[in-house]
Amino acid sequence: MAEAIRKGPRARDLKAMPGFKTVAWLCIIALYLPLAVLVIFSFNDNRSVVRWTEFSFRWYEAALSNDGIRNATWVSVKIAFVATVVATAAATMAALATTRTASFRGQGLAYGIINQPLMIPEIVTAIATLSLFALIKTATGVTGIGYLMAAHTAFCIPFAFMPIRARLEDMTLVLEQAGADLYATPWQTFRHITLPLLMPGIVAGAMLAFVVSLDDVIITLMVAGPGETTLPIYILGAIRRGITPEINAVSTILVGVSVLLVVLLFFVQRRMEK
Amino acid sequence: MPETSNATQSTRSDRAAISARSLVKTFGAGENAVHALKNVDIDIRENEFFTLLGPSGCGKTTLLRMIAGFELPTSGTILLDGQEITALPPYKRPVNTVFQSYALFPHMTVAENIGFGLKMLGRPADNVQGRVEKMLALVQLEAMANRRTDQLSGGQQQRVALARALAPEPKVLLLDEPLAALDLKLRKNMQLELKSLQAETGITFVFVTHDQEEALTMSDRIAVMRSGEILQIGAPKDIYERPTHRFVADFIGDINILEGEIAGAGGGTAQVRLKDGTTISARLAEGMAQTGPAAVAIRPEAARIAGQGETADLTGTLENVVYFGAASYLHLRLNSGEEFVLRQPGGLDGHDLSRGARLGIAIQPGRARVLE
Amino acid sequence: MTETSLSAAHREAQARATRTRYGLLAPALIIILAISILPLGITVVYSFLEPGTYGGVVWNFSTDAYVQFLFERDIFDDTLTFDPAYLSIFMRSIGLAFGAMIGTLILGFPTAYFIATKPRNQRNFWLFLITLPFWTNLLIRTYAMLLIIRDEGFVNISLMKLRLIDSPISILYTDTAVFIGLIYSYLPFMVLPLYASLEKLDFRLVEAGYDLYASRWKVLRHVIAPLAKPGIIAGCILVFIPGLGAYITPELLGGGKSLMIGNMIAIQFGSSRNWPFGSAAALILMMLVIIVLLIYAASAGRGRRTHG
Repeated sequence: MAEAIRKGPRARDLKAMPGFKTVAWLCIIALYLPLAVLVIFSFNDNRSVVRWTEFSFRWYEAALSNDGIRNATWVSVKIAFVATVVATAAATMAALATTRTASFRGQGLAYGIINQPLMIPEIVTAIATLSLFALIKTATGVTGIGYLMAAHTAFCIPFAFMPIRARLEDMTLVLEQAGADLYATPWQTFRHITLPLLMPGIVAGAMLAFVVSLDDVIITLMVAGPGETTLPIYILGAIRRGITPEINAVSTILVGVSVLLVVLLFFVQRRMEK
Repeated sequence: MPETSNATQSTRSDRAAISARSLVKTFGAGENAVHALKNVDIDIRENEFFTLLGPSGCGKTTLLRMIAGFELPTSGTILLDGQEITALPPYKRPVNTVFQSYALFPHMTVAENIGFGLKMLGRPADNVQGRVEKMLALVQLEAMANRRTDQLSGGQQQRVALARALAPEPKVLLLDEPLAALDLKLRKNMQLELKSLQAETGITFVFVTHDQEEALTMSDRIAVMRSGEILQIGAPKDIYERPTHRFVADFIGDINILEGEIAGAGGGTAQVRLKDGTTISARLAEGMAQTGPAAVAIRPEAARIAGQGETADLTGTLENVVYFGAASYLHLRLNSGEEFVLRQPGGLDGHDLSRGARLGIAIQPGRARVLE
Repeated sequence: MTETSLSAAHREAQARATRTRYGLLAPALIIILAISILPLGITVVYSFLEPGTYGGVVWNFSTDAYVQFLFERDIFDDTLTFDPAYLSIFMRSIGLAFGAMIGTLILGFPTAYFIATKPRNQRNFWLFLITLPFWTNLLIRTYAMLLIIRDEGFVNISLMKLRLIDSPISILYTDTAVFIGLIYSYLPFMVLPLYASLEKLDFRLVEAGYDLYASRWKVLRHVIAPLAKPGIIAGCILVFIPGLGAYITPELLGGGKSLMIGNMIAIQFGSSRNWPFGSAAALILMMLVIIVLLIYAASAGRGRRTHG
């Protein structure tokens, strides 16, 4: 009897594997430790990124008054904004086409094309895009930030596409049919039924696209012309010049923005599930 | 019913709200083709509560979706008030639907849901509001006007769906198994409510269900469907008491079906020799074959135990008695081996009801019918 | 309605659906075709041209880019001698990516299993913890790793303070540093698909395994692992492919010493000014990726057949 009782809790524990919990905790710690160190030493009142002296916003002040960083931030935001708007619009339309009309021949091909930027190593896309843009630049003489915006738009599309398509696939067609039944023309049905219901997916897609554009290094590095320095490219250059807490401060801000967006995204998706 | 003269027919079709002519719907093609509707003709009259009844897959929902405009027929014609609407998109048809899942818009309030159709029709805002209030009163949901639809109970959602579909005053209201998701008690209430709403509004209701009892209680007329065909159209009483088709008889209510062969016929009555050798007389509907194999249908309540000295139409061995208070159901085994159930009203005194007792069965004159 | 006008209506409806569909698809497809797929065609062309002195290409057909991959051309007499320098970079990249794949699998499987066996309402939180670093900038995460494993970094200083070591362990700018960096970067890619398949796992099967006197290891090996196979394969692909094309990790943690394919390609378009060779190397990298994906597709297809 006593043995049977003792067996109770152990029986539930059968799923647990020895050592797995330790490894899992180690992984979580290993994922966060470097970032934690980075963030902590961004508040260090000292040039050192290892020896803690005193808490201060010194490096944030330095970073925020640094023209290079301010310009790079502005360039990053401009590119991310344009890429997000265009990519989200294109992805929304494509998602409507693949979920709101009967399945068609070539659907697999369309998915393949839309997801292509995810399947090719980024460095390959980067040098290929560079080659194309170099050709266009020589042929037309046109330069500018538009090239970066175009490149970002292309690789943002699959990221925006994923949550929008997922949302549409979860939405039953019957609501749109109810709209049509109640005298809404196809456009009115889209405007009053489909679009409001799809909104959480579109917001999620746009946020993903924004984060992905904001974080891009390789394609930007290859395609960027002189003076078109985005924040990650600025950080990469600064790291190459030498490690300073100022880099920690800028990095912390960039990480903060990404984390904030992703946390928001998490809540948007939780609302979507309801 | 005089259906022969052309004149009568034309006046009837004038009064038809919905007419379908030779409707065919085939999904897919070749060997995998599914024939959802095979040449359906139907006239649904103005102001009637019309029910499409049949098991799932019989084509009733396809027919409804075609009237709503969600599906194009493969061939055939649909008329609304004599106007062709076969290829008209749903938003151009003065027909509204109550969906099985209700399909309420989750991002709108109850009032916004109900006003949606009128808003889309471009009615002025105050006009819409007045109508919405009227509809809310009609379905007794005045207090819920500003609620979100997911805060409502199933029955309330059902009422919102109804109000939303009725608000634009459609010529025809289509209801796709709207009560299927409700529990039994609520379903009974809603059946009565629907029926009185229909009478109140005077709108033609086309109701789809697989529940025969629901169909019998609510409908003015019923069309029984099976595998894409309409087997019989008629008032509930006709369908129940005078089924012309074996499937109809079997699908609606309890019935005994006995196999036999017509021995002689005349004057709307046939003498059918059953498998155990006895011959009984049964009504023969017009146009039915006067010879050959036939099945006789007898409702349990159309038969009772033959009294002393009375001649029994059939004889069977008692196998089981199920007591229901006001009546008892007696399960008998005939000499042919077929089962026969009869409903014996009142007390059971004076009969030998022990298992294995031989009992005579008397059938009410005219209540045995030959099936196609 | 007559048969013909009805079939006309059908055709009209179909034509309208087709117009809508392609109209809606057009922007996304055109953008990606023009900015992502067309350039690959240009890369193919470039790989058969001669390099320009100051970058770019000279429009003369040449297979030198591919020859150069394996051979060194003598400047004076044009003779070819076998030169494994570039090949060894490829082999090192494959080795590092493969190592990172195995490493993330060894670390990721217990982690995914741990999360999948958590109570349902806690799982999302744990998953969120795993995915959050994935959404922070890869460059910044790599930089953070650099801060940690430097000679005077957090790890060495801590270990020295604890008197576990006397002098710092130098791993920065070695293959080890790149290996650690790759595992750190791509661990979430492994955990997510593993979790997705483990979460669906019916743990009654595990109990059935114990019931039949299997040891924990045997249950893991013969019950859980086969059921989690789709997740394992997907995770391996998701780590191996980006690992193979990694640029930032070797750039920051490998210094100039531990190059991978990605850096080598970038250098051809930068200081080396050999676009055709860079294009050829990029195409070879892409071919490797496509081969891996094809193997994956074939194995997934086979899986579906046996289940179907």
